[in-house]
Amino acid sequence: MSSDVRFTDFKSDKQPTWCPGCGDFGTMNGMMKALAETGNDPDNTFVVAGIGCSGKIGTYMHSYALHGVHGRALPVGTGVKLANPDLEVMVAGGDGDGYSIGAGHFVHTVRRNIDMSYIVMDNRIYGLTKGQASPTSREDFETATTPDGPKQPPVNPLALALASGATFIAQSFSSDALRHQEIVQKAIEHDGFGFVNVFSPCVTFNDVDTYDYFRDSLVDLKEAGHDPTDREAAKEKVLDADKEYMGVIWEDEESVPYHEAHGVDENMAEIPDGAPDGATDLVREFY
Amino acid sequence: MPADFNWAIGGEAGDGIASTGKIFAQALSRAGRHVFTSKDFASRIRGGYTAYKVRTSTEQVSSVVDRLDVLIALTPRTVEENLDELHEGSVVIYDGERTTMQDLEIPEEMIGLDVPLKSLAEEAGGAIMANVVALGAACEATQFPIENLDSALKKRFGDKGQAIVDNNKQAAREGQAYVREEYADTEFDYDLACTDEDYVLLNGDQAIGMGAIAAGCRFYAGYPITPATDVMEYLTGRIEEFGGHVVQAEDELSAINLALGAARAGARSMTATSGPGIDLMSETFGLVATSETPLVICDVMRSGPSTGMPTKQEQGDLNMTLYGGHGEIPRFVVAPTTVAECFWKTVEAFNLAEKYQIPVYLVADLSMAVTERTFEPETFDMDAVEVERGNVVDAEGAAEHATDTGQFKPHELTDDGISPRAFPGTTGGAHMTTGLEHDELGRRTEDTGMRVEQVDKRDRKVDTARERESFDYREFGDPEAETLVVTWGSNEGALVEALEIVDEPLRVVTVPYIFPRPDLAAEFDRADDVIVVECNATGQFADVLEHDTLQRVKRINKYNGVRFKADELADRIEETMAEPAPTAGDSREVEAE
Repeated sequence: MSSDVRFTDFKSDKQPTWCPGCGDFGTMNGMMKALAETGNDPDNTFVVAGIGCSGKIGTYMHSYALHGVHGRALPVGTGVKLANPDLEVMVAGGDGDGYSIGAGHFVHTVRRNIDMSYIVMDNRIYGLTKGQASPTSREDFETATTPDGPKQPPVNPLALALASGATFIAQSFSSDALRHQEIVQKAIEHDGFGFVNVFSPCVTFNDVDTYDYFRDSLVDLKEAGHDPTDREAAKEKVLDADKEYMGVIWEDEESVPYHEAHGVDENMAEIPDGAPDGATDLVREFY
Repeated sequence: MPADFNWAIGGEAGDGIASTGKIFAQALSRAGRHVFTSKDFASRIRGGYTAYKVRTSTEQVSSVVDRLDVLIALTPRTVEENLDELHEGSVVIYDGERTTMQDLEIPEEMIGLDVPLKSLAEEAGGAIMANVVALGAACEATQFPIENLDSALKKRFGDKGQAIVDNNKQAAREGQAYVREEYADTEFDYDLACTDEDYVLLNGDQAIGMGAIAAGCRFYAGYPITPATDVMEYLTGRIEEFGGHVVQAEDELSAINLALGAARAGARSMTATSGPGIDLMSETFGLVATSETPLVICDVMRSGPSTGMPTKQEQGDLNMTLYGGHGEIPRFVVAPTTVAECFWKTVEAFNLAEKYQIPVYLVADLSMAVTERTFEPETFDMDAVEVERGNVVDAEGAAEHATDTGQFKPHELTDDGISPRAFPGTTGGAHMTTGLEHDELGRRTEDTGMRVEQVDKRDRKVDTARERESFDYREFGDPEAETLVVTWGSNEGALVEALEIVDEPLRVVTVPYIFPRPDLAAEFDRADDVIVVECNATGQFADVLEHDTLQRVKRINKYNGVRFKADELADRIEETMAEPAPTAGDSREVEAE
């Protein structure tokens, strides 16, 4: 890791095709700055992206990266991290990718407490397919496929994470550049699965969950004096139906990441050019 | 062929049938005898019944037959299920004190040994050892030295303490002594001779797992499914000794993506499943191929479609592994034909995957996966294992394969189709890749020219492999014979034994490479008659071979869930040889069982 890495080193020469004003610009900038600030460089960083507007992020960043199939980014990131724990792994996706098609993987990746960060660009809408309800859309949010609203309450990703045994839960807002970077940085530094739900407004298809809405309604937990190591306080916050919060909601200081708990510490890419020493003992077992 | 001997224990599921059978198989192997095991299930009545069968000889055995010499029957149904296989002089061991067994009638020409299994076990220390008492009785009826059982009992119960091992040894001796005393005047036909040979006893799933470790596989992710779970069970607790790790995923969608992630990080990585899991993995299969990620995906086939018959034999996934997935996906399909080949083809699958940066389907079937079979230990010569990683580059190599601005090209267009591969962590190797069509840098493109160039490049790897690798077939029987019999997968064993039974000379070819596959045109030209044998209803491999050779073939198909048996297959080959040559119109008419 070189000390002179700048966040622009994580930028590729591809120009984003996100709509002008899209929250994902700010989300990505914060991610790149946080990666640089935590001492990483593109050659030791692996970014996994899902499908959707958010999934394009792998193209606009410069690092090792895989842009996979819809909803499966977390298992890919887990595989990368366990095969080489020295790598910094960051998984990025949207609310559809993480809480709808990939909801099962979300629960189980949280349980495993893999030492990587997971940045969800939550815009409460399906943008890439031009505006259908997402799992975090409000119950009365009208779209072409839900003219009367989804008629079901939105998923509560923060509570879902806590119930699944999360060791780090945070929420940020793409437009608050400094706080967003700071929160992502904490997620990276956390020893375990650093989950950040980022409000990343869609300026084209969502006229309800707008920049103005978040600016007006978000309560910054830092200013509110919230103690993220207080589990009871965290429970209260994630289940609070009346307010939306920004900041680190819960951090388990005792967290031991999966690879450390299970002794997965080798770079699995390094293998001998024949059968490994001791392989013949495997045959002897069958006597 | 030297005299073979066929033994079985049968009862209800939960009676410890498989573990008792395994102990006997192990004892035979320790005594220097070859062993071939199979698991049996109800054919006449629904549910419950299960049996573990052991065929043994002093020479290699590679199939099951329709004959039973000694049967330990824990239920009346066990006798009923096996009446066809029992014959004059067959021995049936049962416990007449058991209420359900009191009215058991053993046909006159057979020898019934009524042994109070439970009472004798209780004398030795516990009723739970009743099956071991039966093993002791079987030793006496077959003149098999009971000491061979001791080492198998130690292997099975050693971790439970010496007292348990000793009790079991005693239980076996109670059974032996009872038969010796109570049936002193009975003459038994069997004499299980021992040899000085040392064999290893393992099944196909274990051979795949061992092959994976030998090949340097360090990461395995899977979701439990019959009959592939044994691969994961084998690796768990062993791969860690070699710096690897097993993850039990939440589903097969996750399993293949976990394995994909590990492979992108540079690990030799694998997943194993059965047909229903392949259905789910198909989602990511195209991504594996398009991102040019080396991955071994093992499909241990079982009876389908849908949940089908989960514990029954079938070779129904050939088309899925050959063609599954939307779009056109280059892949390799390798299908071992024996338990030992499960080991070697696994090693090869990893080499092919990395050399050509392509997904490899390793296709096995239930029959070989759960069959325990003996081999000389040298069959698995670890010194002969070679690991070929293909075009992996270091920092210097990465710089050579970069743009003017220093951007590494993971999908560089090359003559042989193979691009450089930089493991994450390699300085100057940072790159992305995607399931979207991409350029040499791995970035999305819809450029019509680049699209064609990337498709051609990926397909070119298959052509390169055809040039560089020897995708051979295996040959048996008489090279001059007029009748050619072709098969794939675990049928090889039954077919090779059927060769000896059929009166006419036969040439047998078995094909372990389904794609790319060997050209059989010359073989077909030389033969007057070609028969393709497989465990499915439609003849998926026969279709492929007809397409390759532009010749019609005769077909022998079996899809009732039971593997081919050597004697049964010999009969069917003789019947098929007598049929008129197929014509264009009737190639798809398949005779049902």
